[in-house]
Amino acid sequence: MIKETRITLKNIGKINPESIEDYLEAGGCEGLKRAFTMDPVSIIDELLEAGLRGRGGAGFSTGMKQRFTSESCRQCPQRYVVVNADEGEPGTFKDRLIMEQDPHLYIEGTIIAAYAINATKGYIYLRGEYQESIDKTQKAIESAYARGFLGKNILNSGFDFDLEIKLGAGSYLCGEELTMLESLEGKRGTPRIKPPFPAEKGLFGLPTLVNNVETLATVPPIIFHGKEWYRKFGTERSAGTKIFAISGQVNKPGNYEVEMGVTLRQLINDLAGGMREGKKFKAALLGGAAGTFVDASLLDDRMTYDHLKEKGATLGSGAVIVMAEGDSVFDILHNCLRFFRHESCGKCVPCRVGTSLLERESLKLRNGHPDKKALLQQLVKESQIMANTSLCPLGQSPILPLESAARFFAEELTA
Amino acid sequence: MSNLEILEKFKPEAHNLLMILHALQDSHPENYLTEDAMESTARYLKMTKSSVYGVANYYTMFSVKPRGKFIIRVCVSPVCELLKINEVIQHLEEELGIKTGETTPCKRFTLETSECLGQCHEAPSMMINQEVFNHLDKPKIKAILEDYRKK
Ligand SMILES: Cc1cc2nc3c(=O)[nH]c(=O)nc-3n(C[C@H](O)[C@H](O)[C@H](O)COP(=O)(O)O)c2cc1C
Ligand code: SF4
Ligand code: FES
Repeated sequence: MIKETRITLKNIGKINPESIEDYLEAGGCEGLKRAFTMDPVSIIDELLEAGLRGRGGAGFSTGMKQRFTSESCRQCPQRYVVVNADEGEPGTFKDRLIMEQDPHLYIEGTIIAAYAINATKGYIYLRGEYQESIDKTQKAIESAYARGFLGKNILNSGFDFDLEIKLGAGSYLCGEELTMLESLEGKRGTPRIKPPFPAEKGLFGLPTLVNNVETLATVPPIIFHGKEWYRKFGTERSAGTKIFAISGQVNKPGNYEVEMGVTLRQLINDLAGGMREGKKFKAALLGGAAGTFVDASLLDDRMTYDHLKEKGATLGSGAVIVMAEGDSVFDILHNCLRFFRHESCGKCVPCRVGTSLLERESLKLRNGHPDKKALLQQLVKESQIMANTSLCPLGQSPILPLESAARFFAEELTA
Repeated sequence: MSNLEILEKFKPEAHNLLMILHALQDSHPENYLTEDAMESTARYLKMTKSSVYGVANYYTMFSVKPRGKFIIRVCVSPVCELLKINEVIQHLEEELGIKTGETTPCKRFTLETSECLGQCHEAPSMMINQEVFNHLDKPKIKAILEDYRKK
């Protein structure tokens, strides 16, 4: 029987998210105070050696990203921190929990990150639909200013940092970091070409650190307790804990923070209360629409970035959508393909045409086609071409659910 | 509040455009961005009208056409689909007497779809303006609409 290990979610349900006093009493801002006793370079080293990897989906080393951002363009007049609070990957609802129930924590992490890279201005790009997250975060920012955790000369450290919320307006693509920067500048949410990365040329052309809410909320405990402590959790290459957002056909869907390396079976049985109504497990979609299907053969594999990758699966944002015997893999796959068509910005041809084509042609798997096996192969091939030729990661994503569904559920899809 | 009064709450800088459009849209009883609102915004931010219109048109939360007082956004993403959101949409369409994408003749409700609302552990889900509703079924939908008809 595994249990939760709450590091990032340690305050959830225990404090009043609208009271900074509660937060401070629960040990809040101790990470920040410790950070101010360190020099910025050693904060970055600490995070690097702790092995923290980005929780927004890509799993890139947090310390490494900070180092790039702090070292690029030394003569630039300004550096920014942008908090990716645009949670839009279908099946993902973990950042919302932090923002609604412990907003001070990720704000504290943001201040530490800003100090580490010497940014004096930050923006939280928050999903426009997340009203409660917006309200709680706004309140937390105001109390942080009132208490001297934000603004000029924070806690007499000599460090200044301002933070404000900017709202998204219903575009999944704006969760992609470079697109987010376009949107933050007041433009349509269409991607920029990479490189340059935000670390070199980000918001308003200046070095910018973009981090996910969960990533930043994990920074204060690491800085407070130290890298050796954090390394005790998880595995060698996927250190620490991760929040998994489990939904679908389980008895207790929700967010569970566990050490990296647990198995899907443990997540479902030990934490999520088992399969709903005792149904039989059929499939899980890991990582959301830009994620991969797995079948029962992966129930006992360790969920880490690298191990899942070896198995052709993804960890992504931590979304786990559980399907039971009787559910249609086709329906969920088609839903993902419809999603990509809907969210494609249309800037480049492979994705604009490709996402429409995949949505339309895949319907023939259900509605009749003389050679479904060939059709399925053709669809996977199209998505491969899109992956090779699309301008941004959105057009490179449909292959993930499509290829994995074809691998595990070809029989059902072509029946 | 007039459009200008709303505009003046923000610094006249281009990066405030989305925040301004949210504020202008929320202030309109028909939940949309009027021609006039977009024109004043362009003037205020010293941008072309077409770039303001381009942004207003791009993001799904903005509308350049009049809508109802209450915008119903039903999640159609995978988890909600798995847990029978199609039946929910059917009940809503029957109760309201409109199809998805339409506004009731009394201008009270507009029925829209949305991608994942981040409520998946309590799916199927929808929002009405800023309020979230989960675990939807027929009786619950009836009760919610009854409530909103009185608002
Ligand atoms: C289409 C698309 C959507 C994305 N949506 C999100 C999102 O909603 N939230 C998020 O944190 N990252 C999202 N990402 C990942 C970001 O681009 C970026 O990797 C992340 O913000 C980096 O932060 P991290 O290093 O802390 O994970 C998305 C990426 C793509 C390609
Ligand atoms: S891949 Fe799709 S979303 Fe990305 S730029 Fe091209 S059309 Fe836009
Ligand atoms: S899929 Fe409907 S709320 Fe997430």
